[in-house]
Amino acid sequence: MDAGIRLTGLTKTFRGPHGPVHAVRGIDVAIARGETVALLGPNGAGKSTTIDMLLGLLAPDEGSATVFGATPHESIAAGAVGAMLQTGSLLRDLSVRELLAMMASLYDDPLDVDRVLELTGIAEVAEQRTQKLSGGQTQRVRFAVALVSDPELLVLDEPTVAMDVEGRHAFWSSMRELASRGKTILFATHYLEEADANADRAVLMAHGRVVADGPTTEIKGMVGGRTIRATLPAVALADLEALPGVTAAERHGEAVVLACSDSDAAIRALLVRQPAARDIEISGAGLEQAFLQLTSAPDEVAA
Amino acid sequence: MSGVAYTRFELLRTVRNRRFFILSLGFPVVLYFLIAAPNRNEQDIGGTGISAPLYFMVGLIAFGTMSAILSCGARIATERQAGWNRQLRITPLSPRAYFRAKVLTGYLMAGLTIVVLYLCGASLGVSLPAGRWLEMTGLILVGLVPFAALGIAAGHVLTADSVGPAMGGGVGLLAFLGGTWFPITSGVLHDIAQALPSYWLVQASHVALGGKAWGVTGWLVMGAWTVVLAALALLAYQRDTKRV
Repeated sequence: MDAGIRLTGLTKTFRGPHGPVHAVRGIDVAIARGETVALLGPNGAGKSTTIDMLLGLLAPDEGSATVFGATPHESIAAGAVGAMLQTGSLLRDLSVRELLAMMASLYDDPLDVDRVLELTGIAEVAEQRTQKLSGGQTQRVRFAVALVSDPELLVLDEPTVAMDVEGRHAFWSSMRELASRGKTILFATHYLEEADANADRAVLMAHGRVVADGPTTEIKGMVGGRTIRATLPAVALADLEALPGVTAAERHGEAVVLACSDSDAAIRALLVRQPAARDIEISGAGLEQAFLQLTSAPDEVAA
Repeated sequence: MSGVAYTRFELLRTVRNRRFFILSLGFPVVLYFLIAAPNRNEQDIGGTGISAPLYFMVGLIAFGTMSAILSCGARIATERQAGWNRQLRITPLSPRAYFRAKVLTGYLMAGLTIVVLYLCGASLGVSLPAGRWLEMTGLILVGLVPFAALGIAAGHVLTADSVGPAMGGGVGLLAFLGGTWFPITSGVLHDIAQALPSYWLVQASHVALGGKAWGVTGWLVMGAWTVVLAALALLAYQRDTKRV
């Protein structure tokens, strides 16, 4: 058995004001060492609860989580895990540099603090007190806190929330550098483009279950095809559906949206038969669409 | 991974928090002069055989150190609110090192309180042989152990909003029953007081008379509170991993 991350039959139910809340309903995920995996899902899908169980912050009702062949607690005690949790601010009354040095002191073999400051792009605020930072800077410092131990496994729960665009770019580029050094990375997000651009693989969660698990390209393939969008009033949808390569047509006011199995054939036919069509856009079925399709049916396990 | 550096940063944070620092030290000093200065010539306060400046010096030390050590623990509530507590759980920091840092921070504040109030006491004529000063200091430091545990337990159980009133009320009550403001020497209150650690903290002033400040009862009460509150603090810490 490879010694990656293994979530087996993980289940967690909370008591809520209106009866039990089944946050996680038995999920099985295996992540190999060195993989970068996105945990995707809408709010309430069970991502954070899953991460809490993976980090040993929450005991599962059933099932187990192992990290590199050991319990989460053992791996954490060995300094193998770094994490950026979803919520949280920083310890106040210390400078950024001091806070990182404080955290580094807890590990046998941490990264050099200056190196972490540089890697996470916060060198210019190193001497500032943590309570004086902006939201985006705080997120980057939290990322630095997760990195300072030079962990083998990095777990990030919605890391780019509260970051500006520039911050996100810097963040993902440092993440990719870590991935290229063979680190295992699991990040939760509901930004689909982030998963698409930064993960080898996406695990889609909805209603406490895994609804799809595979390479991001494969997940797109599951919905398949592309869509053509055009402004085309006064044409019967049946005529459009009859076009080659078109599987379905929908009307949104003056615009029509054609779901295609072969968008090349469809666009050629459309231009010939419907010369009035204008403002034409062809788009790939993004992860967004895959996501909507796969997560809208709560009780069907698509994968 | 001894936690030494970690503790050092905790201390640094405490000293840097100026409001906390100044209020913790300043409050007992002001109270001391308000209470003790008008009675500075009273040599036998409430039939205890102890002079007013000495009695209130130890009384205010009990109040000040209790308050300091409890609020150091209680600051955990704020850190929990900020999610910092969960961040620490995913580091190799052991509960032992974590507690040690919190307790040492509390003791730093308590130690400063003791020194400052000794100076205040001396300015009102309190004068003891060096050995007595040391013995008294030792008893006070030992007497603070249950309060350190209580502070940590409170920090893990209470929320950032409720910890202020709880600590204010708790310290006030413990200090009152402990005889910080005036000696409690008889009656039901005295019976209750004898079961409280704050009472024995104030009793450390009896060292000045050369007597045994605590006796068997005192040590038993302190020991029992320490065991119970330390167990409670550990339990509260272990249970406390949820998102706040």
